[in-house]
Amino acid sequence: MDNAEQLFQVRINDEVRIEPKDWMPDAYRKTLVRQISQHAHSEIVGMLPEGAWITRAPSLKRKAILLAKVQDEAGHGLYLYSAAETLGTTRLQMIDDLHSGKAKYSSIFNYPTESWADIGAIGWLVDGAAILNQVMLCRTSYGPYARAMVRICKEESFHQRQGFELLLHLSAGTAEQKSMCQDAINRWWWPSLMMFGPKDSESTNSDQSMKWKIKRKTNDELRQEFVNMCAEQVKVLGMTLPDPDLAWNESAQSYDFGEINWDEFWKVVKGDGPCNKERLETRKQAWEDGEWVREAANAYAGKLASRKDLIPEGPCHPGRISSIQTPVRL
Amino acid sequence: MEHNHHHTNTEYLLHLADNALVLGHRNSEWCGHGPILEQDIAITNISLDLIGQARNFYQYAAELTGGSCTEDSLAYLRDAGEFRNAVMAELPKGDWAFTTLRQFLSSAFQHLLYTNLAVGQDARLAGIALKSLKEVTYHLRWSSEWVIRLGDGTEESNTRINFALLQLWPYHTEFFTAAAYETGTSNPVSLYGPWLHKVNSVFLEAGLAVPSTVVNRFSGKTGQHTDDLVNLLAEMQVLPRTYPDALW
Repeated sequence: MDNAEQLFQVRINDEVRIEPKDWMPDAYRKTLVRQISQHAHSEIVGMLPEGAWITRAPSLKRKAILLAKVQDEAGHGLYLYSAAETLGTTRLQMIDDLHSGKAKYSSIFNYPTESWADIGAIGWLVDGAAILNQVMLCRTSYGPYARAMVRICKEESFHQRQGFELLLHLSAGTAEQKSMCQDAINRWWWPSLMMFGPKDSESTNSDQSMKWKIKRKTNDELRQEFVNMCAEQVKVLGMTLPDPDLAWNESAQSYDFGEINWDEFWKVVKGDGPCNKERLETRKQAWEDGEWVREAANAYAGKLASRKDLIPEGPCHPGRISSIQTPVRL
Repeated sequence: MEHNHHHTNTEYLLHLADNALVLGHRNSEWCGHGPILEQDIAITNISLDLIGQARNFYQYAAELTGGSCTEDSLAYLRDAGEFRNAVMAELPKGDWAFTTLRQFLSSAFQHLLYTNLAVGQDARLAGIALKSLKEVTYHLRWSSEWVIRLGDGTEESNTRINFALLQLWPYHTEFFTAAAYETGTSNPVSLYGPWLHKVNSVFLEAGLAVPSTVVNRFSGKTGQHTDDLVNLLAEMQVLPRTYPDALW
């Protein structure tokens, strides 16, 4: 380790937040760009499985809640892309990497949403798993990422409560609603456990991320917290988790649980999940369909600027997509 | 009783509600598929506003109807023939030019209409209109900007918005053709002049020309709809229709 790197590690150890203009090791920067952009892509791709039920939400109130939720995810994507941009990459580059398959997003969004109950299960389990990770990331060592996470956590915990409340209604409903509820939990439980990533013993990025305090808890620690939380909450729903090995362990003061199907995990990560192809194609299609819109907006912004005798942004200007980033009410 | 005279008839409330819901539904189809993230958020916002307006109108209509009537029974358990929205709202979302131009033509009308309703005799309706007016003011500004941007953007965007204009224009006359329930101050005929003025001013900046007006052939406001609405409702209403005893 050279001197700069040692000083950097000292700052990390002393809990000093790293800011965009600070010196940082290339590997730290790369790890963050990979992680934050992956996180941003997950928000954007994650809009699709739930978005599929907006037009079919069974009441006007549920429809409004779901629309607002999916919109929040778009907002989270924005904060995260902005946080990643502070590390010297552009949103355009990150989107290209998503579309080319170079960048990943959370595998959980490669599962289909088969029923309305899935919207509740995603809120409760998927957002629940995400929150455990994100609460930890509120204290991550990179300042812009940590600050984006604080705002995201507030909204995510709201989403989780809404998801649970949706399931609670189903669990108190008709026989069909109850069975819809149990079925969704059965399908989303194991993929949710997989969200925490490989076991600590298999995780390649974990050690260094812990040392840099990008992460503060290991995959297995977070996964255990999640199991402990859900094993209790599922009782309130009067439903069960689909794991015959799930049992309270008195001496460990936590729940034991069964073995994750790691073959499935790696299969989905490597692109062979039920909806990998569909999700990516949908994103690419939306982006391609929007090309002429973005071009028109840039051309118009250029004309406006030249009419005001300002220097127009050329079509290849790095900030070219910024011209339609008009103020949006959130 | 005196105050009862100021209650709006429910069919008119349903007309207002259906307009907002159906247009909101079409806009909601963009969620997750917009041309850029900021605009995905914006169109979703507009959709949320419209669905919120629809809920306020339905809730009022449900109270006037009484019995087991709710906002959801009105939205989910009526057939297309009972819907009172103008046909323009139900047309498929099309491309970004079609969506933003439809929003502009609709918002320009809604803005004038809600301005009138906000000072109307029915205090409850006036309250809803006033609250909605703030939202519609933003919808009108946002959609005007897009019409101008696309009209004066590239050759392709100009071609696309002109195509959208040719498709949409025949439907606007329905806004100003009074249905039987649009009586007295809610008669929209007088809004045509100010509406056309607004449209012309934005079109001037966009480099668009108002097409020669065609005779109105559409009457969604009296329940004559296209298959597009039938299909929209089949999708929207699927759960409450499939599970009639369920609460959600």
